[in-house]
Amino acid sequence: MKFTKTLVLVLSLSLMLVSFAYAGKDLDAVKSKGFIQAGVNGSVFGFGMPDAKGVWKGLDVDTARAIAAAIFGDASKVKFTPLTAQQRFTALQSGEIDVLTRNATRTLSRETQLGLNFVAVNYYDGQGFLISKKLGVKSAKELDGATVCVLPGTTTEQNAADYFRTNKMAWKPVVIENTSELAKTFFAGRCDVLTSDASQLAGTRAIAPNPKEYAILPEIISKEPLAPAVRHGDDQFRDIVDFSVLAMINAEELGITSKNVDEMLKSKNPAIQRFLGVSAGNGKALGLDEKWAYNIIKQVGNYGEVFERNVGVNTKLGLERGLNALWTNGGLMYSPPFK
Amino acid sequence: MSNSANTAIAKPPFWRDAEKRAIFFQILALLSVGGISYYLFSNTQANLARQSIATGFSFLEREASFEIGESLISYSASDTYFRALLVGALNTLQVAFIGIILTTILGSVVGIARLSSNWLLSKVAAGFIELMQNIPILLQLFFWYAIFYESFPSPRQALNPMKGVFLCNRGLIFAVPESNPAYTAMGLAFIVVLIIGWFSNRWGHKRQELTGQPFPALRLTAAGAILIPLLIWVMYGSPTAMSIPELRGFNFSGGITVSPEFASLLLGLVLYTSAFVAEVVRAGIQSIGRGQIEAAMAIGLKPGQVLQLVIFPQALRVIIPPLTSQMLNLTKNSSLAVAIGYADFVAVANTTINQTGQAIEGVAMIMVVYLFFSLSTSLFMNWYNKRMALVER
Repeated sequence: MKFTKTLVLVLSLSLMLVSFAYAGKDLDAVKSKGFIQAGVNGSVFGFGMPDAKGVWKGLDVDTARAIAAAIFGDASKVKFTPLTAQQRFTALQSGEIDVLTRNATRTLSRETQLGLNFVAVNYYDGQGFLISKKLGVKSAKELDGATVCVLPGTTTEQNAADYFRTNKMAWKPVVIENTSELAKTFFAGRCDVLTSDASQLAGTRAIAPNPKEYAILPEIISKEPLAPAVRHGDDQFRDIVDFSVLAMINAEELGITSKNVDEMLKSKNPAIQRFLGVSAGNGKALGLDEKWAYNIIKQVGNYGEVFERNVGVNTKLGLERGLNALWTNGGLMYSPPFK
Repeated sequence: MSNSANTAIAKPPFWRDAEKRAIFFQILALLSVGGISYYLFSNTQANLARQSIATGFSFLEREASFEIGESLISYSASDTYFRALLVGALNTLQVAFIGIILTTILGSVVGIARLSSNWLLSKVAAGFIELMQNIPILLQLFFWYAIFYESFPSPRQALNPMKGVFLCNRGLIFAVPESNPAYTAMGLAFIVVLIIGWFSNRWGHKRQELTGQPFPALRLTAAGAILIPLLIWVMYGSPTAMSIPELRGFNFSGGITVSPEFASLLLGLVLYTSAFVAEVVRAGIQSIGRGQIEAAMAIGLKPGQVLQLVIFPQALRVIIPPLTSQMLNLTKNSSLAVAIGYADFVAVANTTINQTGQAIEGVAMIMVVYLFFSLSTSLFMNWYNKRMALVER
């Protein structure tokens, strides 16, 4: 009898413990684990995809590394979980991952109904159409009656529906969950057009059997501010993720790169001194080491470096900076002051 | 003396009373199950509220704002989530219903062929069964889907085997008669003839039992089912207008399109499941004693009659229960449609979950819908099983 009582007590206590541990701070959980679990795409070239040697590469991947560098002073303390468009938010909500850096568009309903906090945008994108040149279509307005390949559960699916509705055009979606399966279906000619974010279309075209046969139509039909996201409930962790992204942009504004960051430590500019933790304050405010921004820039690089390395004009994607240039160069990348 | 002994055994304390003790433990078990469910439910609720994730089913009335590739009822992106989910459920029902019928037919044919005395036929059937049973269904679906989109030409070079029929990587498109009140009337007449046929068949059987005179109900019904709708068609002025598919812009308009997604899903499910059904049918037939078949042949029945009058009525008792579970398997496997882009219930529910973020409600609905399909199939098959069971007189 005594044994049963003890058993019941232990069981109910452990149940309570489970619920308490779950309610703990995300930052504490990450720190005690010793690494960040980041949700990434897994099959979009230039944003989140392992290379031939199995090393994760991409703009989103580097963003996650920057967060790890800020928290642990070591950009390698991050593990990646490849997620489909449909799994990504559930994975974040359920605590399977700590941060989502997987080209996710910030929207009102995701921020509210899904219980997510999106932080600073790390890529400004827009939805476009990829089409075979053989069809001789020059504008998206000529797509009446087209069959369109689209990923499920994305803003893409809604945007396409909205676009065809406003332009009173008929269309048929072919919805396949797996990105690479969808691309294969499109290249085989099951659909006339593939619609997705323009950056992803460039990535898809890069892996086409014959990339020259495909063109991206001029219309960009939506705004897609792609941003990392965290769960509601831990503001400190949110701030760290937010400012890790902004630190890369700020560094580019200040002219700090991974190459010159050590020289910059000697800079007389008070903004640079504050940013790199030479004059203390920012680190303590975030609950991090004062060297956090230095570590990001030293180990990962500034935004410009990360962009050019993964998706820039010299990569297979060959994307211009466009909207993603610094505000001083006519783009949208803008960082609040680091003070 | 006897009086006091009576009171001593009349009332044992309640914890010694097996019956009351049983009730007590049942209440205890019920309470703990209820308590655990309440704990899980309230914990989920609290966590959802803490992370400010929306709950409840109110999203069903909101605009879905996504398009669905194929639908049995009219649907557009401006309809509600409820209607979108209904479209998905009907798509699942469509593929499961047609699939079950085709599977039963193909499975029975292969199962009987497997037992044929013709060496070639029985080996071909055996080969089919082994091949289909042992390749995972998902792989088969990818295979058929790839065949559709890789090997058929684009709409502009569509194959045109006969007038009004086109085959291309957008599916099979064929001409259908343009809608006309005559067709509704013909359909109704067809059903009425079938109902009358069923009753006259019963009456015929009774009369045969009483008087020995056979009544050719089946033949009369078949003739009526063809002739009466034809008569109505002539009465309506024999409409012949057809909706013929035409290449307009990117795709064909007019006619009816069987999409590659639907076709490959149906093909995959039917071939895979019919291999299992064939084995079930074979087992059922082999459960009949050899002596019965020999006896039936000895009294001069033809092989077809042996099958129809002696083997099947008895074999069905063995066949129906495992056949039911194969039908349920087919229905459940149809959820693999997600992989090849057929808009079944799971696909639509997934998109809904992703747009609304309400995974618990979405998954609950998926469970309820499949449970409903499975239970109704089971109910029907159990009823049929009872009817077919050997009646002991």
